[in-house]
Amino acid sequence: MNMNRRFFITLTGAAAVAWESLRAGSPESAPNYSVADHWWAMLIDVDKCIGCGNCVRACSVENNVPEGFFRTWIERYQVDDENMTEPIVDSPHGGINGFPPRASGLGLAGPGVKEFFVPKMCNHCIDSPCTQVCPVGATFTTPDGVTLVDEKYCLGCRYCVQACPYGCRFIHPEKQVAQKCTLCYHRITKGLTTACCEACPTGSRQLADLKNPKDPIHEFMKTHSVQVLKPQMATGAKAFYAHLDGAVR
Amino acid sequence: MAGVFLVGVTIFLCFRAWFVPKSFGKYGHYRADSMTEMAALPIVHAGHETCEACHSDVLDVKKTGKHAGVNCEACHGPQAKHADDPGSGKPVLPDTSVLCARCHEANAAKPKWFPAVNTSEHSMGLPCNTCHKPHNPKIGDDAAAKGENK
Amino acid sequence: MPLFHLNNFLYPNETEMQWSILIVLYPFITGLVAGAFILASLERVFRVEAVKPTYRLALLTALSFLLVAPMPLQLHLGHPERSLEMYLTPHKSSAMAMFGFVYLWYLMAVLVLEIWLDYRRDIVLLARSSKGFLRIIYKIMTLGSDNISPRSLELDDRIGYIVTIIGIPSAFLLHGYVGFIFGSIKANPWWSSPLMPIVFIFSAMVSGIAAVMLLYMLLTKLRGQTISIDCVDAIAKYLFYIFIIDFSLEMLDLIHRIYEADESFRSLDFMVHTSLWVPHVIIQILLGTLVPITILGITQVFPLADSIRKRMYAIAGCFTLVGIFAMRWNVVIGGQMFSKSLLGYTQYNLRFGSREGLGIAIFLTVLPLGILFVLAKLLPLWHDNESATT
Repeated sequence: MNMNRRFFITLTGAAAVAWESLRAGSPESAPNYSVADHWWAMLIDVDKCIGCGNCVRACSVENNVPEGFFRTWIERYQVDDENMTEPIVDSPHGGINGFPPRASGLGLAGPGVKEFFVPKMCNHCIDSPCTQVCPVGATFTTPDGVTLVDEKYCLGCRYCVQACPYGCRFIHPEKQVAQKCTLCYHRITKGLTTACCEACPTGSRQLADLKNPKDPIHEFMKTHSVQVLKPQMATGAKAFYAHLDGAVR
Repeated sequence: MAGVFLVGVTIFLCFRAWFVPKSFGKYGHYRADSMTEMAALPIVHAGHETCEACHSDVLDVKKTGKHAGVNCEACHGPQAKHADDPGSGKPVLPDTSVLCARCHEANAAKPKWFPAVNTSEHSMGLPCNTCHKPHNPKIGDDAAAKGENK
Repeated sequence: MPLFHLNNFLYPNETEMQWSILIVLYPFITGLVAGAFILASLERVFRVEAVKPTYRLALLTALSFLLVAPMPLQLHLGHPERSLEMYLTPHKSSAMAMFGFVYLWYLMAVLVLEIWLDYRRDIVLLARSSKGFLRIIYKIMTLGSDNISPRSLELDDRIGYIVTIIGIPSAFLLHGYVGFIFGSIKANPWWSSPLMPIVFIFSAMVSGIAAVMLLYMLLTKLRGQTISIDCVDAIAKYLFYIFIIDFSLEMLDLIHRIYEADESFRSLDFMVHTSLWVPHVIIQILLGTLVPITILGITQVFPLADSIRKRMYAIAGCFTLVGIFAMRWNVVIGGQMFSKSLLGYTQYNLRFGSREGLGIAIFLTVLPLGILFVLAKLLPLWHDNESATT
């Protein structure tokens, strides 16, 4: 290891200064973040997911997610081409410890069987049914497209949990308020990516900013077929899935 | 009865003016301050750009290999504390006999393009970094990246 | 047949059930309120003289249950201390928020007002004649009014008539809204249906009418008076017809689901055949609907002795209440027992002693009867010289 160079950089503190200025500030007081400049989305490439569970672990550490609850999770599918409407699905502890090989005898066998992983998370819907039903305005979509929960205002009535078609909400067992993926709002407003994207080793998950003309999502969407989950619900979901199989629930 | 109603409504409106948080309604039907509060939450993962600012030597080795797209904290875990105060202590290196299998253990659901092995057969119990250097795992490539002969 | 023996998948956050028995109790209670009020309006607006003995009972029953209605909600909330936010910053797109105002409207502008108007003469007289602490209470209840001249009483009557007319759609709104709270959730295929508010309203009417009828029969017996056969005959007749409508609506929903067989059908069908078999098919449909309809139908078709008819009405009434409670259970709990992935199921573990447990539920069901007892002491249901038969 080159000790001199590293020591020099640490000493000059250039990196430290940059890091500090990154960590200070908020979306309104930070000099370089304006809600009007961003429209956040997520791009998930199913073909790249290896079910390692890094995203689930990273998210739970970054956001203090209580054990047994999930702001993001992975599902493993086993689909038989003769029976696409009934896939075998499992998600042991949300995939937080990866996926043990399936015990023999359980699951489908045959030439037409395929298996794959699907990462799931809050879809930060534009016409979100969860924000629609909140009786007090404790959950809402920000002007930059992120659906958040105001923990100081939430009553814990659980109506939003019922209204989410994707199962991405839960009630924090101690705080007794609704919780869900925040798209790592505390990170993206500072130019960082989400914890799950940071931890994903294959680039299956990528944060996207639809208002940024240079964002790779624009080219990707032009050249690939993408879908959202449960399109018939017309939620305006912004988690776009590439290579999503029809059997996915 | 009408008097009761009027008094009730007046009391209610005064109460409301006092109780509803000031930032409510600024952007929509919610408390805008909560956006600020959410954005001020502590950061736990430093992000690879911060790591690379100091550890550019590792980046040089990594960027030409198969793990170029694997960010630092994907293996090393969250390191914002370390980035805040690098002198406070050396982060514990992950144990490769456990770490690598998380991604590379063979599983029927993994995509076909992804290199996966049955670790018990592949390494015969030895930790993976016996043969593979994690930053540039293809055997021989890391030495080439560093310009050394191994 | 779905491969549920191989796979039972729930989204990882779905293992916990969100709404408990308290949320089953809430529509049941508001249903009794709406139904009791409709029975009261039968006499007041539709001039069905036969049910007059139950008029005041129906109103006070409605009030007793309406006062208890917010309690299961408060106990269920994660932060009940913030519940005032629903009135301070109600989210207009949320049925739950709008319901807070519907409740307040119904309580103050309909029920309390109507009761006050009907009882005003009695309250004033009691304020004049009672002593001590009771006198203070009655004085407050007069709200300063002291005029009981025939003209003012006639004014009471006319205003009360208008309030009842407004009260009928308000009662429908009160309970229809609860149905809408469920029926508007597109994420839940067991709930999402335009029929939901209608089914709720009709089952509410059935339960409310049955409850008031049973209370009337019980209280009359306790007072040592004779139950008016004309009264219970009339009530039972309305109960029967409304029950037929309610049953038809529920069957329509069922047949429609089976015929269309959309993506949720297999999962829901399996659920009804397994974990929901006893609560839904046996208790709600068989015991709670078909049995009372048959009993009431027999009394409508065949000439039977008065005493036999009274007993049959009482039995039918009891089965009805069980059936309507089961209906609320099957909607609320049933709607949460299957995964939104439509690939799995969970269970509801009802405990006795917890904050949302069976003990509290039983207490909250019995509490309105206690409140009714107190109210009936303050506001006489029947005058002393008025037998229960007029």
